[in-house]
Amino acid sequence: MSIRGKAFIAGIYEHPCRGAADKTLAQLHAEIAKAALADAGLSMGDVDAYFCAGDAPGLGPLNMIEYLGLQNVRHMDSTETGGSSYLVHVNHAAQAIAAGHCNIALITLAGRPLADAKEGKSGRFHNTEAPDFPFEAPFGANVANMYAMCAKRHMHEFGTTSEQLAWIKVAASHHAQYNENARLRNIVTVDEVLASPMIADPLHRLDCCVITDGGGGLVVVSEAVARGLRRPLVKVLGAGEAPKHLSAGRVDLTFSGARWSGLKAFEEAGVTAKDIKYASIYDSFTITVLETIEDLGFCEKGAGGRFVSDGNLISGVGRLPFNTDGGGLCNNHPGNRGGMTKVIEAVRQVRGEAHPRVQVPDCDIALAHGTGGLLGSRMGSATLVLGHQDA
Amino acid sequence: MSNLNKIKRRVVTNAENKSFWKAAGQGQLMVGFCNACGQNHYYPRSMCPICYSTDTGLKETSGLGQIYSFAVTRQADPPYIIAYVTLDEGVTMLTNIVDCDAGALCIGQRVRVHFVEAEDGCAIPMFTPL
Repeated sequence: MSIRGKAFIAGIYEHPCRGAADKTLAQLHAEIAKAALADAGLSMGDVDAYFCAGDAPGLGPLNMIEYLGLQNVRHMDSTETGGSSYLVHVNHAAQAIAAGHCNIALITLAGRPLADAKEGKSGRFHNTEAPDFPFEAPFGANVANMYAMCAKRHMHEFGTTSEQLAWIKVAASHHAQYNENARLRNIVTVDEVLASPMIADPLHRLDCCVITDGGGGLVVVSEAVARGLRRPLVKVLGAGEAPKHLSAGRVDLTFSGARWSGLKAFEEAGVTAKDIKYASIYDSFTITVLETIEDLGFCEKGAGGRFVSDGNLISGVGRLPFNTDGGGLCNNHPGNRGGMTKVIEAVRQVRGEAHPRVQVPDCDIALAHGTGGLLGSRMGSATLVLGHQDA
Repeated sequence: MSNLNKIKRRVVTNAENKSFWKAAGQGQLMVGFCNACGQNHYYPRSMCPICYSTDTGLKETSGLGQIYSFAVTRQADPPYIIAYVTLDEGVTMLTNIVDCDAGALCIGQRVRVHFVEAEDGCAIPMFTPL
């Protein structure tokens, strides 16, 4: 069953905080839930489906539905694919709505990694029972060095350069200057990216996303509900999700699961990469963006370095405006999970509610893509194609 | 680059992987092998991830391979090199490159296994350039 046109994103909310030392994790979820529903013109009592991922405390939906005081939930989902979870949730919510299981789905994300670190809490996802753990942890595998190996291999196979990767950060910074909530609002140059300290060769500090507390929420509704609301309608045109892993040791770090999730989403939406006016691309690191852009078909595999250069991702300048909120590289990466904010900015663009300096004219079709887990080992890729109500 | 002696490393052993780590302690680098389909896999596991047979075991490797990719982790003290090495037996494994000049390393470089003792006494299969 296709979900095309069966569901609409009616409410969005990005928490303005970037540090949440004075708030609990559940409290952040609650503030986000209420505000996302208010954006849609709905309230807590209207919610009949609740979605959250591994960032939520306890048993996820069970603890949160009680805490939030939701009384009418008849569908719940705690799918956990790391930072891409929230795009998967939109897909699953649309499927559940299409199947008649629910009409108003609330999705929330919150995290406080900065506050947790100050409080001495760490390693919420450090699972020694994972079967791969004994074969990776002894080698000092961490987020940065696992992504760095993807960049290194991509450079080796395709001649990609650090300057090309830096253009991705430069573009994000040009957008972030207009976002008053962005963690980093200063415009940076390619030279500044290259001059920033090396974290894990070939990734510099400015190739890496920010770490922030905060979160965001979405409200996905049926067409009947959507038509009764006073907000611009953003239609879910297509969705795809795909795992990618190390394939029993047949390792290829030069592509991501976007190769499969994107294909599925485009097929369902009945559009191609050429039709996309704006793209939110998961940007944990610059290399994540580069590989994803290739895998989604915006350019040929290996040509990503040339594609992202010279401002081609800057709104009003280039061919593919991306992450006009500043993305994870400059704006926000709440709870180390950037998928939620990717959907939120894509919705703003389709609504025409992005900052005027970065709003894409006539943005009738947009894409959001999430990458959860690690590009350098196993990941959950998820793609959404969103459109104006007439798309 | 150093041999990581200053970095705390610990191995989580369990019923499924203890024979791999025992062999490592004896200086042997093993990969998973499936008696049903004849294919190697890594990391080793009880059910073959290629044909799903449970008739699996370990197979000793030559301990030789080439660097598929690597990254110098600069923010660590001391810095260390994480790498994927493709063994001559066809599978690629996560590891470290040690006792080398980081600046001279390159993808495709031939390497040989070199076991480094972890904090808990386990032997960890790392690699050095040939």
